[in-house]
Amino acid sequence: METLEKTMSQSDFIRQLPFDGAPPSRRIPIFTAIHIDVPLAIGIFLLCLLGLFVVYSAGNSNMALVFRQATFMGIGGLVMIIIAQFSPRTMERWSPWMFLMGILMLIAVLVMGSGAKGAQRWLDLPGLPRFQPSEIMKLAVPMMVAWFLSKKILPPSTRPTLTALLIVVFPVLLIAKQPDLGTSILIGASGLFIIFLAGMSYRLILFFATCGLLAAPALWYSMHEYQRQRVMTFLSPESDPLGSGWNIIQSKTAIGSGGFFGKGWLDGTQSHLDFLPESSTDFIIAVYAEEFGFVGIIVLLSLYLFIVGRGLYISSQAQDSFSRLVAGSITLTFFIYVFVNMGMVSGILPVVGVPLPLISIGGTSIVTLLTGFGILMSIHTHRKWLSQ
Amino acid sequence: MAGITLLAIVLLSRMYYLQIIEHERHITQSDKNRVHLEAIPPTRGLIFDRNGQLLADNQPSYSVRIIKERAEDLDAILAQLGQLILISEDDLKRFKKKIKQRRRPYEPVPLRFHLSEEEIARIAVNNHTLPGVEISADLKRYYPKKDMLAHSVGYVGRINESELKKLDATKYSATHYIGKLGVEKYYESVLHGDVGYQEVETNAHGRIMRVLNQQDPVPGKNLHLYLDAKIQGVAAELLKGRRGAIVAIDPNTGGILTFISTPAYDPNLFVTGISYKNYSDLRDSLDQPLFNRALRGQYPPGSTIKPYVGLAGLEHDVINWQYSIKDPGWYQLENDERLYRDWKRRGHGRVDLSTAIIQSCDTYFYELSFNLGIDRLHDFMQQFGFGKRTHIDLSGEPKGLMPSSEWKKRTRGMPWFPGETLNAGIGQGFMLSTPLQLATATAVLANKGKTITPKLAKTKFANDLEDRESNQIIIKNPENWDTMIQAMVNVMHSIKGTARSSGIGAKYKIAGKTGTAQVLGIKQNERYDAEKIAERHRDHALYVGFAPVDKPQIAIAVIVENGGGGGSTAAPIARKIFDAYLLNDESNPIDQNNKIQDKKIPPLADLFENRKNIVSSRHGDS
Repeated sequence: METLEKTMSQSDFIRQLPFDGAPPSRRIPIFTAIHIDVPLAIGIFLLCLLGLFVVYSAGNSNMALVFRQATFMGIGGLVMIIIAQFSPRTMERWSPWMFLMGILMLIAVLVMGSGAKGAQRWLDLPGLPRFQPSEIMKLAVPMMVAWFLSKKILPPSTRPTLTALLIVVFPVLLIAKQPDLGTSILIGASGLFIIFLAGMSYRLILFFATCGLLAAPALWYSMHEYQRQRVMTFLSPESDPLGSGWNIIQSKTAIGSGGFFGKGWLDGTQSHLDFLPESSTDFIIAVYAEEFGFVGIIVLLSLYLFIVGRGLYISSQAQDSFSRLVAGSITLTFFIYVFVNMGMVSGILPVVGVPLPLISIGGTSIVTLLTGFGILMSIHTHRKWLSQ
Repeated sequence: MAGITLLAIVLLSRMYYLQIIEHERHITQSDKNRVHLEAIPPTRGLIFDRNGQLLADNQPSYSVRIIKERAEDLDAILAQLGQLILISEDDLKRFKKKIKQRRRPYEPVPLRFHLSEEEIARIAVNNHTLPGVEISADLKRYYPKKDMLAHSVGYVGRINESELKKLDATKYSATHYIGKLGVEKYYESVLHGDVGYQEVETNAHGRIMRVLNQQDPVPGKNLHLYLDAKIQGVAAELLKGRRGAIVAIDPNTGGILTFISTPAYDPNLFVTGISYKNYSDLRDSLDQPLFNRALRGQYPPGSTIKPYVGLAGLEHDVINWQYSIKDPGWYQLENDERLYRDWKRRGHGRVDLSTAIIQSCDTYFYELSFNLGIDRLHDFMQQFGFGKRTHIDLSGEPKGLMPSSEWKKRTRGMPWFPGETLNAGIGQGFMLSTPLQLATATAVLANKGKTITPKLAKTKFANDLEDRESNQIIIKNPENWDTMIQAMVNVMHSIKGTARSSGIGAKYKIAGKTGTAQVLGIKQNERYDAEKIAERHRDHALYVGFAPVDKPQIAIAVIVENGGGGGSTAAPIARKIFDAYLLNDESNPIDQNNKIQDKKIPPLADLFENRKNIVSSRHGDS
């Protein structure tokens, strides 16, 4: 009895203050304070981790490759966090300047760029590491379009829509001229997403789709020989099984032979016996699908969809048009990356050089993607609290 | 949002389609990608002589091969290799031709064969600078007796395109050589063996990663010949420097003891492809070393056929042993100006059949054959194999020619003239026979009419080319065999015999017959110096005979082209071979020093130790 009284009396000393209307949410969660969106970060982290395992297998157990990839992921993560610290408003102000700089650099690439295999994609500027200006444009274009459209009444009328289209088409053409078909398509897509998200009228969409179809033959004749080859290969890979059709036949075989559960990690024969080309870059999904099977594909696709879902949620919660448009575009472009890459490797899209986001090796792509996620995090964590 | 869901479903269904619905197809394709069947060549059967001496061997040989797909700069690599090892123009030409042909990707193309150890070392040291260059071990046929057996054992050579079309592609999928000539060709199916298989996992570059499964090849069967390498050597030595042929047969079995045609050539030259220069030298040589005289040389048999013509006369009662003529040195037909001369200008005087054989009297046989007539002669002679194939186990045998009136009408559209019968009666004129036919006929005579089929291979194979039946030539009076043989013994051992000098001192009795065949002429377009012309105008020297008479063990035919008289040139050669065979055989039946037990075939697998290791390590794994 005495003990019970003692316990009770102890509890009496703990003052339970009644809720007095003072906002407890003023205590901003720690991650929000450092501008990190936890669900997005978890999704990205899991994806990167999975990516490292696949890279290890695709690179024939080359640990150095894994360390390199992890380093890029670390750099990208750092950049992501830094970017997230800037407010969307700051970024909005930068947008036109970034775009202008990007355009100038693209022109510079065409004039004095360097590259391999007949394509000029790289820019060597003194004092800076060698880089591809087209990567900057992956973010600069959607931001510029968002900046432009957010100043107009939404949904935009025809004239602003056409102007916005010009903003997209100009850099896309510059990049296509390098030539880099994959990147130009993706940048074009990211810009168009903004116009679409801004509420472009369906009649205009229909109009442009028709124009696009009609322009297809003209596009065909303006293409480089190797680009046409790729399209032909896509249409009928079996026509030249040892030449240009080889990649796609081998990747389909790799994916298909994986079956439901896959051949097991490090046990893929297609990749380990060198049948699969580009197995650690653009075609890495074939390695993954062969070793982890359909189950693995479901897991991977779920992770991607989780990230995309979070991105769309961030977009929907954004407080201004610029933020909403940019967040939506980044998210949709990310998904298009996934779709185009998996589509081309599995043979439902022509082969264009698009890496699998956060899985394929390649530093630039990872850093650019994570920068994009930094912008998403910034948008979500800089919201004004009153409106919550 | 709806769009994203839609696209995600598209991706997922595509993956479902590939991984679940089409899984079977892709897993098969993936296995087909990595698993290859590699054929392993069987080891070719070895060939031995009757005493177990090795006549055709398999020796490891190393060649350098290039995998075009792995060679970055082919021309640079060829140039670099050219500095390390000797690469002839021929090698290079063949290589470039081969590399242009359609082939499996990553299939190595041989550049040069028979690398010396030094050359192997030079390539090995520089291996890192020579991508796509590899050295491969192979078993190569080797003929230790060199030119001694070129015309009997023959040789193997690389499979050529026309052979490739006829061959069983599976059986020969790993084999590079095929019997081209002689025993090697005739017994190809037996010597070759059965191909083996290896299921190997290869990477996309065709490099073998591990062996999954293996079915060993079945080596070809060893072949023992009747041939006696020692006697063959003696015979080759005796004919050295001359053009000619020697065929010796064991009358009891039909087994070929000696089969020589000179000049010969080294068959090893042909094994991996003879150079053009070497080949044209052989081909264009006036002495025709590539020509198998023993098998394919068709000569007028001359007087060597007189015993058979005599038997034919006896058979048809044209003559008997007592019948005799007076030989003035020539014979003349009625209503014919022409004198058919005897080789002895003044004639042999009074001769009966025995004398006519012993002294080789032509006049006697002119008359005999005239009275006999060509067609009866033809029919009788054919029983001994004249004008017929012997069916020896070698291909390319001609029929020779035993003329008949029907034959002349058929081939020349002309009637038979009696004068031609006279020529045929002494083995001249149209009549042609090969040394092999002569030796076979001699063996039949030694057997007193029991025919034989000459055979090189002693080993019998169950499903193989069944022996032809031997039959007995029936003559009215079998005593005629003995009397005729006795006459032939007197050729060797009587004071007047044409080969008496070769019969002197023999420890056994020989029956023989000499012959001298006129050379018809030389081809018009051949041109050489006077001395040679004279030499090539000389008569061919022939001899047939067998010994010992009571129990014949060897029947022989010797032909020396332009050798002059049969008694002076051919008979002494035969005597030495008789001595070598019979005396050696009796004093020490088997020369123990020469006898080599069946040599173990070096298993081909030993040459691929690496692969074996792969196999065993894999077994260790599992």
